[in-house]
Amino acid sequence: MSNVGTPDNPLRVAIVGSGPSGFYATEALLKSDASVRIDMLERLPCPFGLVRSGVAPDHQKLKQAIQLYDKIAQSDGFSFLGNVTVGHDLSVDELKQSHHAIIFACGAESDRKLNIPGEDLKGSHTATEFVGWYNGHPDYRDREFDLSHPNAVIIGQGNVAADVSRILSKTTDELKHTDIAEHALAVLSESKIRDIYVIGRRGPAQAKFTPKELREFGELDDCDPVVNAEDLALNSESQIELEDKSNAGNAKVYKLFNEFSQRTPSGKNKRCHFMFLLSPLELIGKNRLEKVRLEKNQLTGEPFNQSAIGTGEITEIDTGILFRSIGYRGIAITGVPFDERRGIFPNNDGRIIDDGNIVPQLYTAGWIKRGPTGIIGTNRADSVATVESLLNDLHNSTFDNAKNGADFLIPLLETRNVRYVTYPEWMKIDTVEIKQGQEKGKPREKFTRIEEMLNILD
Amino acid sequence: MTTIVTDNCKGCRFTDCVTVCPVSCFHYDDEMLYIDPDVCIDCSACIPECPVQAIYEGDDIPEDKEHWIAINAERAPNLPVCEDKMDPLPGAEERKAELGF
Repeated sequence: MSNVGTPDNPLRVAIVGSGPSGFYATEALLKSDASVRIDMLERLPCPFGLVRSGVAPDHQKLKQAIQLYDKIAQSDGFSFLGNVTVGHDLSVDELKQSHHAIIFACGAESDRKLNIPGEDLKGSHTATEFVGWYNGHPDYRDREFDLSHPNAVIIGQGNVAADVSRILSKTTDELKHTDIAEHALAVLSESKIRDIYVIGRRGPAQAKFTPKELREFGELDDCDPVVNAEDLALNSESQIELEDKSNAGNAKVYKLFNEFSQRTPSGKNKRCHFMFLLSPLELIGKNRLEKVRLEKNQLTGEPFNQSAIGTGEITEIDTGILFRSIGYRGIAITGVPFDERRGIFPNNDGRIIDDGNIVPQLYTAGWIKRGPTGIIGTNRADSVATVESLLNDLHNSTFDNAKNGADFLIPLLETRNVRYVTYPEWMKIDTVEIKQGQEKGKPREKFTRIEEMLNILD
Repeated sequence: MTTIVTDNCKGCRFTDCVTVCPVSCFHYDDEMLYIDPDVCIDCSACIPECPVQAIYEGDDIPEDKEHWIAINAERAPNLPVCEDKMDPLPGAEERKAELGF
């Protein structure tokens, strides 16, 4: 009988990634009856994943989730190793030696492609790049966005598309007291964009916005939402969808589109146009993006299972910039099975599988486990389920040896000259960021380069 | 504006909502759940989880349910936190059917 999970031989879990799913997995493990030690590995010096670098800067209230993560991080039995990239600074095999179990909670860091001609033209971007850039993520610090054309196009109608569109729609005054990165605010304040086109493949009844995100477009200082009333006509299948009681969210979204369509534009300087049943066919331009060619779609299929098919009717929009926001994919890590098609780690209730067989010690949670769906809280239920699988395996004596956790990893990092960042060190960075922000009337001014973060520690 | 649990929860207390709450802001008594507005971060994750659609955004609450804003704010802080799913109250399924869900 194994004694893993007792005070003499605590269950040692490495968690790869420090976003919501990593912290909810930590919370669930710490709440369990087992004696647990957790080492969280994060490739940046700063924790909190998409709550820090994904959630829009004008949604500060959502970022308060960090207060809970901070409390979890200060629990006994938790340690943070930032600025450590698994698969580069440490191998998965090394983590298997140091910990009984590894939970990969590293999110979906890459974008799905449109796979159309011209996609790589200058001016065609992923939403991820733009979101990372305005949120001060070091990976995207030096990206350039040319906002000199009066039109912008966003492909996708989910909440990330809403964030990108809203940031483009807002005035400098609406953004300057948020924690938007300074370099981004400077570029946005010179933006010449006047018309923002938000394009959905399916109809107004299938848009993925939450009502809350969409409602904000009706309340912007200098941007009117525009919806063409004719575009709100529904086929009978979509009517059935909206009448279904379980589909209240989409019904609210549709009602908001309807309200927008009946508004008389109040003459604000910018307009955000919501357009439906359109798929991009080609991005056109000589040296850079000049226009996007779109095909009108129609819906086919049963209610709740309708897909868009092209009608052959073509329309074009002139634009200098386009963002695609049509879904995300995880990135493979050497030593972990990867589902190329879905862009996730294949798993069974959070246990990573290879060709259907469970791979001992490896678990997964969050977007890299289930794909990029849901919001912050969705990850709590998801991580709890993974931890349940892990604890069941503990009871089934899957783990036997005593493991040394971070004590095994730290000498390796030191030999490799990796400047790992501890949680108390992150708290120093945090304090400086908040102070830098206060000076400008912002909740924080983030460091946007890894060297800048490390410099204040040494 | 916060997120509010209203009367449809009374007698059901399915607690599906609490599993997706990122900040554990639900509290409970013998009848239903309440949201602590000082803790809730308005993410709306709970709203689609409720099988009887008892939860509303403050910006979207029907007029005849507005008094629940004050009830949630008053009661939640004095009640125990509901962090994990509990069994629904006896009779919850019948009440759900009564409510038309």
